[in-house]
Amino acid sequence: MTPPRSAFGIPPQPGAAGGPAEPPPRRLLAGRGWTGVLVAVLFLSVVVPVLNLFVPEGSALHLSGFYVSLLGKILCYAICALAIGLIWGYTGILSLGHGLFFALGGYGMGMYLMRQIGSDGQYKSNLPDFMVFLNWKEFPWHWAWSDSFIGQMLLVILVPGLLAFVFGYFAFRSRIKGVYFSIITQALTFAAMLLFFRNETGFGGNNGFTDFKRILDIPIATPGMRVVLCVITGLVLVGFYLMSRAIVQSKYGRVLQAIRDAETRVMFTGYNPVAYKLSIWTLSAVMCAVAGALYVPQVGIINPGEMSPAAGIEMAIWAAVGGRATLIGPIVGAFFVNGAKSWFTVAFPEYWLFFLGALFIAVTLFLPRGIIGLLKRKGDSE
Amino acid sequence: MTPDLMDAGARALAAHHARSQPFAAAEPYFAQGVALYVDGISVSFDGFKALNDLSLTINVGELRCIIGPNGAGKTTMMDCITGKTRPDAGKVFFGSNIDLLRLSEPQIAQVGVGRKFQKPTVYEQLTVFDNLELALKADRRVRASLFFRLSGAQLDRIGEILQLIHLKDEAQRVAGLLSHGQKQWLEIGMLLMQDPKLLLLDEPVAGMTDEETERTAELFLSLEGQHSLVVVEHDMKFVEQLTEGLKTVTVLHEGSVLAEGLLKDVQANEKVVEVYLGR
Repeated sequence: MTPPRSAFGIPPQPGAAGGPAEPPPRRLLAGRGWTGVLVAVLFLSVVVPVLNLFVPEGSALHLSGFYVSLLGKILCYAICALAIGLIWGYTGILSLGHGLFFALGGYGMGMYLMRQIGSDGQYKSNLPDFMVFLNWKEFPWHWAWSDSFIGQMLLVILVPGLLAFVFGYFAFRSRIKGVYFSIITQALTFAAMLLFFRNETGFGGNNGFTDFKRILDIPIATPGMRVVLCVITGLVLVGFYLMSRAIVQSKYGRVLQAIRDAETRVMFTGYNPVAYKLSIWTLSAVMCAVAGALYVPQVGIINPGEMSPAAGIEMAIWAAVGGRATLIGPIVGAFFVNGAKSWFTVAFPEYWLFFLGALFIAVTLFLPRGIIGLLKRKGDSE
Repeated sequence: MTPDLMDAGARALAAHHARSQPFAAAEPYFAQGVALYVDGISVSFDGFKALNDLSLTINVGELRCIIGPNGAGKTTMMDCITGKTRPDAGKVFFGSNIDLLRLSEPQIAQVGVGRKFQKPTVYEQLTVFDNLELALKADRRVRASLFFRLSGAQLDRIGEILQLIHLKDEAQRVAGLLSHGQKQWLEIGMLLMQDPKLLLLDEPVAGMTDEETERTAELFLSLEGQHSLVVVEHDMKFVEQLTEGLKTVTVLHEGSVLAEGLLKDVQANEKVVEVYLGR
């Protein structure tokens, strides 16, 4: 018989309850969570198309095209908020520059959509109108892949991913943290915005890209395509949510939270925080880029305004309002703030920014854990 | 440009090159009986000499207490050993083969140097169990963490440590809710999970009750022999318990070693009395 294992030569105390520790349950989702995911998928892929396309327009149950577009747009924003939740809520890195990655993804998709116009533009040229206007004779080098859907979709992922990787590598290696990091991300997106405003950059200057006609040779401005894009966005959001769940439930996800709580302890435990921060940062940027690529065909325009510093700040507000220490919180926040925005900007257009500011202050003061924190507290006290 | 500055630049560059070499977690070589060898390290912050030609040798399996008044350089010394601060001059070797000055903080932790901070530093929003699990000796790379699964033996190990640090009933509690003393114990437990060969403990009993202090002393004494320990402490009663009247104590003052010897000899040393009581 082998002698019992004991810690550092201390014999187990007689009568003490030894034995292995109980591991906490680690499931991807609890039963209720799976129900929620199922309901979301059914709603998006069945209820929305049926109510919009098959229920006649006069009926009370009809979902108008306006609301389908709005839903599609907010779903894109929700993906961004989820990305912010991963990097800010779980890793403690506040990025105010995710608007840049969103816009880069959008421009990637926009380039493809511009090529799909073919020679149906104002000037009946093979080149997009803005290039004709600038008297350019051929496509600049960075438009080389724009003809191919697959090639351009690769760029949607690779360009923002690479930018995030390089930027993150230098920032994290230099141990830039906290508010300094946030300010640098703001500066980065501002610099990119100025660059994209220039006509010479080859992205249509301040007008950006618009007037899209087709996607994959299918007309883009039809009710059917509107629903299809909305459904795809919804499914991508659900997919990203499940992926993020798997990440935060893994040991990797707990290392991220440990970095948020006590980074020096993580280092002195033998983990290299740079690798962890860099990987989640790059993933979060790519998620935003995908959201941008889904956004552009739905709203029909992309211009440098999407890179404005305010856009990145707004994303952080969605996550904060919903509750950034969870994954569902940022999604709820994106729906709540943008839902409120679409109502407010119609009812009281001048007061929206005041309301947004007040909301942010109120949430910071009274609901540090956001809407989700409030709901959870309610649920606990019942 | 002064020659001094050029020298410093050349040294910094060499250190940088050495550090960017690919790292394979090396095994320290202890056959010569020395666990930690600190030779003539100096650190200055804006002209203030925090460490001044400090030399120190810790033998394998030794429990060494280090005392000294505030500002003597105790914490800076630990910073140098664990890679947080790079000394301006001097050498720090772990075993006879590992040059700690060439490694980064995570690499130093991986070769087997564990450090406890003065202020208990645990992951406040994770449970006690999760805190220990993260400290568990395992592959530290991203991909390994992503697909990590706890084995039965590892669960046993976590159970043992939970028992040892008296936190078994709190395993599923969030660490931020523990008392100060319990956090200190949790941090010690996290160190033990890493299975380090050398433990650096910066004021490990600060904020503990007398009973907790006594239990901590017992724990450290049980570790002696299999691990090398360096304990920095102000609490003389605790030092007395640890040294049991026969171990060496080192007194630091103004960044270098003032005296070394048995606690009672050191306490009788005139220079030490002068430093502690003021002149």
